[in-house]
Amino acid sequence: MLLVVQALNGLQFGILLFLVAAGLTLVFGVMDFINLAHGVQYMIGAYLGATLAAATGSFWGGLLLALPAALLVGLVLEWLVFRHLYARDHLSQVLATFGVILFLNQGVKFVFGAAPLQMPVPEALSGGVPIMEGLLYPTYRLAILAAGLATAALLWFLVERTKAGMLVRAGAANAPMLGALGVNVDRLFMLVFGFGAMLAGFAGVMAAPILSVEPGMGDNLLILAFVVIVIGGIGSVRGAFIAALLVGLVETIGRSAMPDLMRLFLDPSAARQAGAAMASMLVYVVMALILAVKPAGLFPVKR
Amino acid sequence: MPHLNTSRRMLLAAGAAGLAAPALAQNAPIKVGLVAVLTGPQAALGTQLRDGWMLGMRQLNNQLGGRPVETIVIDDELRPDVAVTKVRAALERDRVDFVVGVVFSNILAAIMRPVTEANTFLISTNAGPSTFAGRGCNPFFFATSYNNDQVHSVMGQAAQDDGRRRVFLLTPNYQAGRDAMAGFKSRFRGEVVDEVYVPLTQLDFSAELARIASLRPDAVFTFMPGGLGVNLVRQYRQAGLANIPFLSTFTVDEATLPAQGEAALGFFSGTNWAPNMDNPANRAFVRDFEAAFNYVPASYAAQTFDAANLLNGAVRRVGGNLADKNALRAAIAAADFQSVRGAFRFGANQFPVQDFWLAQVARRPDGRFQTETVRRVLEANVDPWAGECRMPARI
Amino acid sequence: MRWRDASLPLLVFAALAIAPFIGFGQGHALTLLARAMIFGMAAMSLSLLVGGAGLVSLGHAAMLGVGAYAVVVLDHAGVTEALVVLPVAVLAAALFALLTGAVAIRTSGVHFIMITLAFGQMAFFTTSSLAIYGGDDGYTLFSRMEVAGSRFLEGRLAFHFTCLALLAGTWLLVQALLDSRFGRVLRAAQQNEVRAQAVGFAPYRYRLVAYVIAGAIGGMAGVLLSQAAEFVAPAYLTWQRSGDLLFMVILGGLAGPHGALVGALAIVLIEEWLAELTEHWRMIFGPMLILCVFFLRGGLVGLLRR
Repeated sequence: MLLVVQALNGLQFGILLFLVAAGLTLVFGVMDFINLAHGVQYMIGAYLGATLAAATGSFWGGLLLALPAALLVGLVLEWLVFRHLYARDHLSQVLATFGVILFLNQGVKFVFGAAPLQMPVPEALSGGVPIMEGLLYPTYRLAILAAGLATAALLWFLVERTKAGMLVRAGAANAPMLGALGVNVDRLFMLVFGFGAMLAGFAGVMAAPILSVEPGMGDNLLILAFVVIVIGGIGSVRGAFIAALLVGLVETIGRSAMPDLMRLFLDPSAARQAGAAMASMLVYVVMALILAVKPAGLFPVKR
Repeated sequence: MPHLNTSRRMLLAAGAAGLAAPALAQNAPIKVGLVAVLTGPQAALGTQLRDGWMLGMRQLNNQLGGRPVETIVIDDELRPDVAVTKVRAALERDRVDFVVGVVFSNILAAIMRPVTEANTFLISTNAGPSTFAGRGCNPFFFATSYNNDQVHSVMGQAAQDDGRRRVFLLTPNYQAGRDAMAGFKSRFRGEVVDEVYVPLTQLDFSAELARIASLRPDAVFTFMPGGLGVNLVRQYRQAGLANIPFLSTFTVDEATLPAQGEAALGFFSGTNWAPNMDNPANRAFVRDFEAAFNYVPASYAAQTFDAANLLNGAVRRVGGNLADKNALRAAIAAADFQSVRGAFRFGANQFPVQDFWLAQVARRPDGRFQTETVRRVLEANVDPWAGECRMPARI
Repeated sequence: MRWRDASLPLLVFAALAIAPFIGFGQGHALTLLARAMIFGMAAMSLSLLVGGAGLVSLGHAAMLGVGAYAVVVLDHAGVTEALVVLPVAVLAAALFALLTGAVAIRTSGVHFIMITLAFGQMAFFTTSSLAIYGGDDGYTLFSRMEVAGSRFLEGRLAFHFTCLALLAGTWLLVQALLDSRFGRVLRAAQQNEVRAQAVGFAPYRYRLVAYVIAGAIGGMAGVLLSQAAEFVAPAYLTWQRSGDLLFMVILGGLAGPHGALVGALAIVLIEEWLAELTEHWRMIFGPMLILCVFFLRGGLVGLLRR
């Protein structure tokens, strides 16, 4: 039973990762643009959600207003900074988007202060489902799971079944060809970019009630999101989905299983500490192994 | 102000004797390097610390013992080598007379040698690692806070006193976390049902919460500073575990309560100070702090506010003359000031000998949250490392 | 070696050599310059990979970390003789580079970035769990190393000129490597891997050698970093640190090691200068980086050449 709960937790964390990674992999795959600032868009989403929820007095008000606001922030950033980087090499993109991270991480601290903010869980979802003896599984977490799966399904539909999605897939395989065929590549890029920013913002709002909303909260998630898109194969939404769930499960289950595993070799207190260190590394070990066997990731986009 | 007159008279006398230089130094401002983490995820703690000092300066008319003060704020960025570079600059370029502050032990460890080897007094207002309380104690080092082990052992004692038999321990996997667990276990005699170490970057505690639920302990003890604690407390409440008593250190305090809010209500914390402590100095401190900065102070602010008043008393005692280090050290050790904690004195290792309390999170009538003392757990407690300290009598 | 590539670093070295005598001789100024020079060495070794071989590593801080922790391990065992510590630390970093590089170099592009990140994170978590060396709190070195029994590294000027000598040595080595046949093969393989293979070069071996050399220089920089701060902590190995090194290389320009040198000096000194102006210096520094990317093609050295 404990394993089922852990698996559920892993899936829920994976879903959150997927929402961030989906935008990242599309922007990278379609536009060949490495956007380190994708993590701060998640942070901006969380801050907007928390502030707007406090202003409107309800979670739903915060959520509904934060989504277009996150989209707007994404588009403004695109217009101000990112647009001028599409034609540049990866290293220039990395340096400039790092500049954006520095500015915005410090910027939210300047505006909102350094202390973490709070966003309440919506009343309707504040309860819990008794899932095992003495443990409630919060309804809100189930809602995250459901919302994430629904978003994933919507994304799948958009990418696989609509004309815009077809263009996006074509762009991931060969972007210059699209331009040659007369597609308005600039507009497609803006669409993909704005959508990715909104997904990251959505993840931020959803995470705000359970995680602490603070400056720099996107940085570690960004690294995990990069792990996800590399394992999944760059540009592949399906790959990102499966890799995100894999990373979520490895993170969560590894954390509880590694110390027990180490206990087979070490005395209990050394095992706990070594196990915890090993568990932190596990995701990276898995990535290194996968890349050693499949250098282009699990679901490489065919070129 | 009598002190000013004295020094002016001394100036005249000295000028007549043609020895103006040392006396002139008495009118120059005292320079204080204030080290706090002001950027990054832990900046809220550093902000508390800095504001505690700033309030002290405001109340003292920006003077220590009658001499004007120039405070140089140093952001350590929680990066040890950056802290060393900046502190060295403060020591050598700005020639600071005191270095005050420091939230985290690793930063204190990094700047300890540069500061004390420059024969400058270092007053830690939060970090209190065991090394510097025991073998590594130093005549130039004072702490107005505590030794790390003490705070955690308070919760061990409280759990013991309350008859808790089976306790679950949870902490981040780093040095301070491991020390916290050792501190708790030094006074707790019951059974530790499990001891879990999580990465410092952990966001989600559901794996650990499920484990707690399956083990059904009498209580949980945890040390989860900053954002980690915010996440843990909210998720603990949401998982319906709040019926298992939540014992903690540095996890629910005024720096994190604004983000934890109701989720932390009724949770326990071990501490040497709480905003509701009933003495005139503390009432004035909390009132003025909230008026000035519009948030509730935490122990980081209180201990740094104490440091401002401590130094004020010490500089007054030596008549503003900071050149005689032995006299200045004796004046600081005398702790001639009104602490917000009530009685305050230093032990032989220059760490405070003080009471420790069990505190609980409560909602104030104005809707804000704060920790409030429940009962005194340890009285005039000397930290466990003091015996190992061989403090030289003279510098 | 082209003269105009050499003129800029020589100017920088000359400036660093006279700096202690023209008002930068105080301890803190020298500490800052030492930090800048140490990161200069690390960035130049990274530029051998990024500019020379097209290998963008996001795990280079681990090389410094291995070097610095070699100092800690030996210090804990009572060994503080530089003539022993330095070679051991450099070899340890080279070995770490060999083992991780053997795997990482099989990949390329963004996959290489991520796999070096992975190895860097593993090194970081390993050092954080070393409780006997202080874990996350780090390890205080109670004195600098002796050199052949003499304590001359304790002298501020001696340490300054030691760093400067090693900095100049690093630049000479990296520049010479890039100008050699070895460097030409690396660049050829970067531009066209198939052609390099066709004319009989195995790029893998060349890249691995470059990776090991860069690791060894990184290890040396790590030793110096531990000596400059007299303190070692896992904070030296975070991925943000690796990122900082990479940004130094990119900001300076990829035209050669002098780009990394200028980038490292610029970032360390500008950070220090801005941080003195305001607590919110990152809000100025961030846009500065963006503007540099927009308007300085070829990095800072591109600007100086115009």
